[in-house]
Amino acid sequence: MINLVNVRKSFGELEVLKDINLQIHEKEIYGIIGQSGAGKSTLLRCINGLETYDSGTITVDGTAVDVNDKKQLRQLRKDMGMIFQNFNLLSRLDVYDNVALPLRFWNENPNTEENKKKIEHLIELVGLKDKMHERPENLSGGQKQRVAIARALVNDPKILLCDEATSALDPRITHGILELLKQINEELGITIVVVTHQMEVVKQICQRVAFLKHGVVLAEGKPEELFVKPTEDVKKFLGEEGQVLPKEGVNVQLFFTDDSSDEPVITEMARELGIDFSICWAKLEEFRENVFGSLILNIQEKDKERVFKFLESKNVTWEVL
Amino acid sequence: MLDVILKGTWQTLYMVFFSTLIAVVLGFIPAVILTLTAEDGLKPNRIVYGILDMIVNVFRSFPFIILMVIVIPVTRVIAGKSIGTTAAIVPLTIYAIPFIARVFENALRETDAGVIEAAKSFGATDLQIITKVYFKESVPRLLNGIVLLIINMVGASAMAGTLGGGGLGDIAIRKGYQAYDISYLVVTSIVLIVIVQLVQGIGNVIYKKKA
Repeated sequence: MINLVNVRKSFGELEVLKDINLQIHEKEIYGIIGQSGAGKSTLLRCINGLETYDSGTITVDGTAVDVNDKKQLRQLRKDMGMIFQNFNLLSRLDVYDNVALPLRFWNENPNTEENKKKIEHLIELVGLKDKMHERPENLSGGQKQRVAIARALVNDPKILLCDEATSALDPRITHGILELLKQINEELGITIVVVTHQMEVVKQICQRVAFLKHGVVLAEGKPEELFVKPTEDVKKFLGEEGQVLPKEGVNVQLFFTDDSSDEPVITEMARELGIDFSICWAKLEEFRENVFGSLILNIQEKDKERVFKFLESKNVTWEVL
Repeated sequence: MLDVILKGTWQTLYMVFFSTLIAVVLGFIPAVILTLTAEDGLKPNRIVYGILDMIVNVFRSFPFIILMVIVIPVTRVIAGKSIGTTAAIVPLTIYAIPFIARVFENALRETDAGVIEAAKSFGATDLQIITKVYFKESVPRLLNGIVLLIINMVGASAMAGTLGGGGLGDIAIRKGYQAYDISYLVVTSIVLIVIVQLVQGIGNVIYKKKA
């Protein structure tokens, strides 16, 4: 659906995107995560032509994104709604007129019976039926983002681009907005691209994620793979580097996938093999309602062959550290 | 005395009204061009912005009384004569255009850049962004600018007497200052204060309604 091939961009001397290659599929929720300055917002803006790129190609649904072809770009933008960290609502328009604004850009009368129904339906969808004629100044941050979401959907886009959409919101409100995005993805079949520095965003809604650092995609894949078994860079981002592990014995890290995380593998191993070991580190995380976990065991040198054999027989991924 | 004051008030209002009206209409054009070509505008263009910016600054450098004399030939061409109340509207307007252009430019450029980006992302054309975002969001600030202009014009029109423009300022100078009649000074001052207060008061009410 969205294809990026060898995309590069510099701001003067600073190279912000270095050879980016990504494929975003239809109807998925794709995350782009990284610290501020990683180039993720720039990357997102290249997709709808708000930013230019120096070389490479970006295609959306087979059409190249070319900022010099104004007419085509405008058409492309109609298919891509966008929401922003600071909501970017017009302060002097009420909720209804804010949602109606993109229709006006396409010379549609927002007051026809059909459009009225559509706008009201969208406002209802985002849960603001009773705020229809409030100005943004009377809304909370979460409500403003809901208005922005309704506005982004009014031209029936195929894609929704989210630029740090929940970064200005507190965790509880963030959760609600993410659930709404998930609902939109499932019910309307809209492809969603989210740019964020928040792990919980990726964990709660993303089906696939790219980890961006200094303009380079360091890792890409399912969030559970990326974060349960992180590479060094991802660990650094998550603040998990530098675990203190025992120097004696063998350290084994176990990864639990969805089906194995509720099996009592550890106690079973202790009982079956009749050995002692210590648990040095563990975490359990929820990804789109599925639980994934990871655990580091310190076993004695003499037990290692038997432990490895036992682990092989279970549905567990593991590695020696 | 009443007759003189009434006539002077009428002349002042006449000059202020027409010069403001024409300046607002004509000042919009450079204001929009400045907004568009500014660094953060939709069509950044350093040369166009630089030239226009300089012209605005040059015209704003002149005190009105000097500008009025300099533009006498222009006044003669446009008004057909260089003295009189109607003729005074020409230099007043020329004085007002760069002023209001700058005020409007500032008002328009205060529009949140994020909102403009959002409009772009929905496929708005540049013209639509100007009319449906810049103008729409700036209405209260534009109104404030017009109030500021009117009050400035009341002050400037006082000097129009030098060109036979009449008005309250002319009365204050000739009858009050040169003929030593303090009562004219007091009355014209009071009328001017009332005009400014009314304009500002009405402006504030409209601002509150539109904000």
